Amino acid sequence: MSDVISFLQPREKVLARRSTIIADLADLLPADCLVHEPRELVPFETDAFVAYRRLPLAVVLPHTTAQVAAVLKYCHRYGVPVVPRGAGTSLCGGAIPQEDAIVIGLSKMSRILEVDFANRTATVQAGVTNLSISDTVGPEGYFYAPDPSSQLACTIGGNIAMNSGGAHCLKYGVTTNNLLGVKMVLMDGTVIDLGGKHLDSAGYDLLGLVCGSEGQLGIVTEATVRLLAKPEGARPVLFGFTSSEEAGACVADVIGAGIIPVAIEFMDKPAIEICEAFAKAGYPLDVEALLIVEVEGSEAEMEAMLASIVEIARRHGVKTVRESQSATEAALIWKGRKSAFGATGRIADYICMDGTVPLSQLSYVLKRTGEIVEGFGLRVANVFHAGDGNMHPLILFNANDPIEAAKAEAAGNEILKLCVDAGGCLTGEHGVGIEKRDLMLHQYTRAELDQQIRVREAFDGQWLLNPSKVFPLDGRPQTAGAA
Amino acid sequence: MIRAAAEAKRSLAISGGNTRSGFGQQVEAQGVLRSPGLSGIVAYDPAEMVLTARAGTPVAEIDEALAENGQMLAFEPMDHRPVMGTSGEPTIGGIFATNTSGPRRFVAGAARDSLLGVRYINGRGEVLRAGGRVMKNVTGLDLVKLLAGSFGTLGFLTEVTFRVLPRPQDQRTIILSGLDDGEATRAMAIAMSLSVEVSGAAHLPESVRGRFLNATLPDGPATVLRLEGLAASVAVRAEKLVATLQSLAPISQLDAEESRVLWQEIRDVKPYVDGTMKPLWKVSVAPTSGFQLVAALRLQAGIDCFYDWQGGLLWMRMESEPEGELVRHVMHQIGGGHATLVRASVDMRATENAYEPLPAAVLALQARIKSQLDPAGIFNPGKMARG
Repeated sequence: MSDVISFLQPREKVLARRSTIIADLADLLPADCLVHEPRELVPFETDAFVAYRRLPLAVVLPHTTAQVAAVLKYCHRYGVPVVPRGAGTSLCGGAIPQEDAIVIGLSKMSRILEVDFANRTATVQAGVTNLSISDTVGPEGYFYAPDPSSQLACTIGGNIAMNSGGAHCLKYGVTTNNLLGVKMVLMDGTVIDLGGKHLDSAGYDLLGLVCGSEGQLGIVTEATVRLLAKPEGARPVLFGFTSSEEAGACVADVIGAGIIPVAIEFMDKPAIEICEAFAKAGYPLDVEALLIVEVEGSEAEMEAMLASIVEIARRHGVKTVRESQSATEAALIWKGRKSAFGATGRIADYICMDGTVPLSQLSYVLKRTGEIVEGFGLRVANVFHAGDGNMHPLILFNANDPIEAAKAEAAGNEILKLCVDAGGCLTGEHGVGIEKRDLMLHQYTRAELDQQIRVREAFDGQWLLNPSKVFPLDGRPQTAGAA
Repeated sequence: MIRAAAEAKRSLAISGGNTRSGFGQQVEAQGVLRSPGLSGIVAYDPAEMVLTARAGTPVAEIDEALAENGQMLAFEPMDHRPVMGTSGEPTIGGIFATNTSGPRRFVAGAARDSLLGVRYINGRGEVLRAGGRVMKNVTGLDLVKLLAGSFGTLGFLTEVTFRVLPRPQDQRTIILSGLDDGEATRAMAIAMSLSVEVSGAAHLPESVRGRFLNATLPDGPATVLRLEGLAASVAVRAEKLVATLQSLAPISQLDAEESRVLWQEIRDVKPYVDGTMKPLWKVSVAPTSGFQLVAALRLQAGIDCFYDWQGGLLWMRMESEPEGELVRHVMHQIGGGHATLVRASVDMRATENAYEPLPAAVLALQARIKSQLDPAGIFNPGKMARG
């Protein structure tokens, strides 16, 4: 376990009242909704950012919005911090609790409430998994576009908290572009509805503000999302290059030519080897960089688009071009890519960075990333969404070696600073959480961060909502507690 | 200047080219702050599909730069001048401050979806940035979305960075003639269920049909569906769309040039460019609810209207009074949405809520947010809420 990143000091008053709080929560909720035995709390002590863990005071698993509201109202009254939790797949520690906090898990709110094909919307509870929406509407020819790699497990509530993306957002946008409305509970227990089946909203764009707010503003319990008609066909094609620079330049030229494939994924040699060993997707092993370019549409459209892309790739000395010949082959190509994190986890511990850079900086940032990690004596595998500049370097290390773990964290921080300095940002789709919290001042000035903090305070003046996250602990208002 | 105004609690009317000044409530301010002095494109790399410009840059200048590189604004912003009877030069900052979009909005997102980053001045006089220049960014709270569409009430935009898209090589429009509003709504929903990527879906009832394309559209109400993209692809998709819809109504097609003109006229609400100040509503509801709202309202008020966004956007001109209470009452009965009074006489604007009244809890939240960005309340006082 690492301890470079600090949490807020637990509120003594809350810890002292632990048994009263648990008894009160037991009165508010049905018996199956409350978890408080230390042994049962262990599964909630961390998320996918496993280097840090804290046992919460208790966990509640409500069935309804009214129950969420009752718990928040109670916590608001007695000054008890809360940490919202979806499936716990956060890579930045967004769902890691703290000793004085109640975890509010949305896993029991997992019903699809309404599917409305004529209006192309689905209204779901926040604990519904991302993939189950597409699975439900798929037979009717529709899908929900954002598709994070963890889509089998991750929930819509968590996707909204982190404004999740996925491989196909080059064409379809991220969560915020596909979200039409939410039902949300404010810290004082008030329930508000934002948006709906109509477009845009009256007043300020609170829906846009809430999306990606990492549980800092309230707890979303229901969401209405946009459904899209499935394309007639989709075909991923593999392009192997002799250097990362050529692959990067090819991406820029494809987009510059006015072609927007639905996805452009990049893998470097270490990533190719790891994924191939795991998924046996048939990736070429004699190249330095691989692009998976996916096009969509009718047969004729895909042919036309692919012809243009292949021509551009040839100008960049592409070594291998392989079109998928069947649905099985297409699925296999994606399986390799989507299992990248899992496959990497089999051979080493890793931390995954998530900085985004302008496309023109891709080659430079890749090269510098390699140098930085090498400088710490570690290895890196790069697999990322090239079309939108969202990098995912995986820094490999041995978690049982505290020195190596500290080096990995330090290398990661340097890479993120590099992304910001190249005109990009710290995180494209994973969120700030605790992982990148202390780097926020590298991207924003104190005044800019203070403005965000003030907007946050309009929602939660007591700093009870997920309080150890997003904003550096130094420089916060008094009410926010201290490290 | 803003700092001084904040200290003196002197209010400021914020605007760009002031071409949308009839929008919302009357602003009573002691000073004026306008952006046209801040003009010019700062950075534009077509291969990145990202453009940065100072807020006062004329939209025309942006359009021209994009066209030279075969690109465009995805959200197709409306020009409010003809219908509002204003003059002047619309600015890119004004587009984002009002979150102004057009027909493609229902598939390509609103102005706010294209906006990646801003430079702005808050009510304390601090020059700040929000967002950035990359399309995937979840670093901190998304104040970009908050500022987009805030009508200058939260901050003064000085620079905007936004995403652009390749301009489609070709387009055409499929016309279904003779459908009533309900049938047209069903036909548009069918079109959107197909994998043909319709990028415009509007229904022009008989009362307005003659005011588009110099009255050359075929007889009867026109339900129009736009396809855009590579020429070969548009042809294939048009064939598929026609094959599916031909049993519903007689079908005709517009070529690229006519199609372009038609959608510009729809975007700019041509039928109601009538030289009057008759009240004009913009109502956003679920696509299948639009025609129900109109049918219910017709029983009680004199209205004329047409539909965009697959039936979910209503442009509705009232014969006499705005009837805001009635419009909103019926709208909530059919499932909700929001109604904005885009145009009305000064007298009417003084007595009618131009923007949708909000529930108390949301209103209180908005007031708290406003005071965190503009503590002295100097930016566009009264713009977004009456009284």
